[in-house]
Amino acid sequence: MDTLTAARLQMEVSLGFHMIFAAVGMAMPLMMLIAEGRYLRTGDTEALRLAQTWAKVTAVLFAIGAVSGTALSFELGLLWPRFMAFAGPLIGTAFALEGYAFFIEAIFLGLYLYGWKRLSPRAHWLCGVPVAVSGALSGILVVSANAWMQSPVGFKLGPDGMPVDVDPVAALFNPAWPYMAAHSTISTYQAVGFAAAGVYAWALLRNRAPWRRHYNRLAVLISMSLGLVAALLQPFVGDLLAKRAHLAQPAKLAAMEGQFRTERGAPLRLGGLPDPATGETRWAIEIPRALSILATGDPQGEVQGLEAFPRDQWPNVVITHLAFQVMVGAGVAMIGVGLWFLWAWWRGRPARATTSGAGRGLLAGAGVDWASRRWLLWGLVLASPLGFLALQAGWIVTEVGRQPWIIYRVMRTSEAVTPAAEVGSSLAAFVLLYTGLTVALVALLRRLARTTDSPEAGSPEAGRPATKEGAAGIPVRA
Amino acid sequence: MSELWPELIGAVGLVAVLAYAILAGADFGGGVWDLLATGRRADAHRRAIAEAMGPVWEANHVWLIFVIVLLFTCFPGAYAALSVAFFVPFHLILAGVVLRGASFVFRAHGREAVATPSSWGRVFGIASTITPVLLGACLGAISTGNIRVQGGVVSAGSTLAWLRPFPLVTGLLALAVCAYLAAVYLTIETEGEREVQEDFRRRALRVWCIAGALSVAALLLAAVEAPRLWGELTAAPAGTALVFGALLAPASAAAMWRRRYGIARVLAVGQVVVLLAGWALAQWPYIIYPDVSLHGAAAPEATLRAVAFTLPFGLGLLLPSLWLLFTVFKGRNPALPGGTITEPGP
Repeated sequence: MDTLTAARLQMEVSLGFHMIFAAVGMAMPLMMLIAEGRYLRTGDTEALRLAQTWAKVTAVLFAIGAVSGTALSFELGLLWPRFMAFAGPLIGTAFALEGYAFFIEAIFLGLYLYGWKRLSPRAHWLCGVPVAVSGALSGILVVSANAWMQSPVGFKLGPDGMPVDVDPVAALFNPAWPYMAAHSTISTYQAVGFAAAGVYAWALLRNRAPWRRHYNRLAVLISMSLGLVAALLQPFVGDLLAKRAHLAQPAKLAAMEGQFRTERGAPLRLGGLPDPATGETRWAIEIPRALSILATGDPQGEVQGLEAFPRDQWPNVVITHLAFQVMVGAGVAMIGVGLWFLWAWWRGRPARATTSGAGRGLLAGAGVDWASRRWLLWGLVLASPLGFLALQAGWIVTEVGRQPWIIYRVMRTSEAVTPAAEVGSSLAAFVLLYTGLTVALVALLRRLARTTDSPEAGSPEAGRPATKEGAAGIPVRA
Repeated sequence: MSELWPELIGAVGLVAVLAYAILAGADFGGGVWDLLATGRRADAHRRAIAEAMGPVWEANHVWLIFVIVLLFTCFPGAYAALSVAFFVPFHLILAGVVLRGASFVFRAHGREAVATPSSWGRVFGIASTITPVLLGACLGAISTGNIRVQGGVVSAGSTLAWLRPFPLVTGLLALAVCAYLAAVYLTIETEGEREVQEDFRRRALRVWCIAGALSVAALLLAAVEAPRLWGELTAAPAGTALVFGALLAPASAAAMWRRRYGIARVLAVGQVVVLLAGWALAQWPYIIYPDVSLHGAAAPEATLRAVAFTLPFGLGLLLPSLWLLFTVFKGRNPALPGGTITEPGP
């Protein structure tokens, strides 16, 4: 394997791994805050138990996110030293600001996780607020660096090929940032919401622990409210992003859509397999003129095809197109399952005594409780991995779609790669390391789930540590 | 004034390195003592270490990220050169960082009791031992003059610079200092557990002797392998710092000997600050001696200024938050009447 391929694979593995944990670190604190807030308002101890379980999950996954993020901050240089020598002064401000946000998140997460006994209930809840806020902020800020790679601004090319007249503020506020930040931030809540909802829907389905029904229902409700709102917002943001790609990165849009020819009234292709050799995308379902409408707002609008670009500036069309289909497909499926859940929840609301007779009927509820609809629960279980699938696929679209450039139209990825000869070994080592961690983590999460599965765990006293090692465990406030 | 931006950011970077050494260094040291815990009270040792680290280690770790971000933003040439020259040790450090953090939370939040020796516990101990050696070796290697950068290209022999005797000894010295800091801090964390406290006191004094021997060895090796560093260290102002450090070190050990744990902690921190600041003074104005200097590697002034302007805002949020974190967990627990943080929960 040549160094460039190995370096790109190592970056993909490291970023793909980190992204999962970063997403959890952004979204899970909000869910745990909602659960703890419910406990504070209503005294519902099951909500407290849920907050504590989610806090433990956050603790473990945030730590993995922190250390794999550290790995990335080194790997940027280890794998792409020329890129960082060029781009460091331009994208560094985003990383510096992200650093502060991440610092705040780590500090208050420490207070939240270990402060159950040391802080008043209200102070404890308040310590969770900066965790959720700075988690989201650090994600938003770090995306600015990637957005700059898509829309590099804030400098002029000097005679030696290095940037001059550097304006780091312009680079920070680059034109792609707001769209990408919105799209990726929403996707983290969507991914984590759907993933968590599936886990607890599965528990409701198996019903091995009937005494946990309220707990599991609550977990699905909180996760799905987050996931559904995100899933419904996402198409609007995605549409803005695609319109931006049409103007700013037409080769990427062409690869996403498998559009080889430049044409007016371009169709939208669902599925299909692009063949770069023949310039055809076969077996796709084509919706006439839809791509022109989406990209330009005009059914006869012109969409540039890949033929408009020199062959050596094409991204990998097959990967970009297929990843885009996976992302959109998963997004549509999540909207479907989310709306199904909303309908079932609406139907299953307990009838209110005050409801007048005229209001009864379709809208009054009193139907089957959503948690008893087995098909819906199966739907939630099947939708569980879709958010993370879409997250990964979306990153593949934006990163592979930018190729062959590491900085769009400024520096090629092949120019940026390290001269080190050992990239094959470091790739193998990181694949091994991250695979091992994933296996261990899955085992640990299953164990964490089991701790709330036994009837003893149903009593508020069960969370209490028997010995003082319980500083790491989380006791329930008496 | 305008030409002083690199110095300003360099000073901030040094402060961040110091914070990382004093705070995260002790967390690495905690891992070392976890690995070396033996005897009847081994469980109590491991528990004390885990309790001391739990709430703070992630915040402490962020200082490393901060240092790296400052380096690639403000001194991108140096970062790129180090990334090439230290391709192997940096990857090993990353594996160590990832494994240490992962094993610590796996152990803390899995159902395994912290105290019993477990495979994750061993991973935690070993990763905590190897990582500071590598970090110390990299720090030593940039002073030797064995990493050469010509026209932005790192020369071939540079990748082995960290494997020479001087960097390896500075690596071991870093490990010993981490272990010393951890043992000193743990004597305060274990207030009220007399026997455990005594154990950490003895360990602190032992590793202090090792650190002393390694400092002398590093200094002597510097004369051979890092002649410029040696020259600077034997003259003012870096030499003054060295003398000052040579006075602080026995003072902190003496305080530990006399069980004045609070004073010993202050002096131990002072010792590390003086050691690193002295090295930085001797290294100045180079980041990588002799080809990459603070000014030569500096980013355009606009970037340095932008980063400098974020500092008051960032530190304004950060310092009160850190103060809160350490007050809540390193002070007395208000929830326990008259208690200290090592006392069992009610």
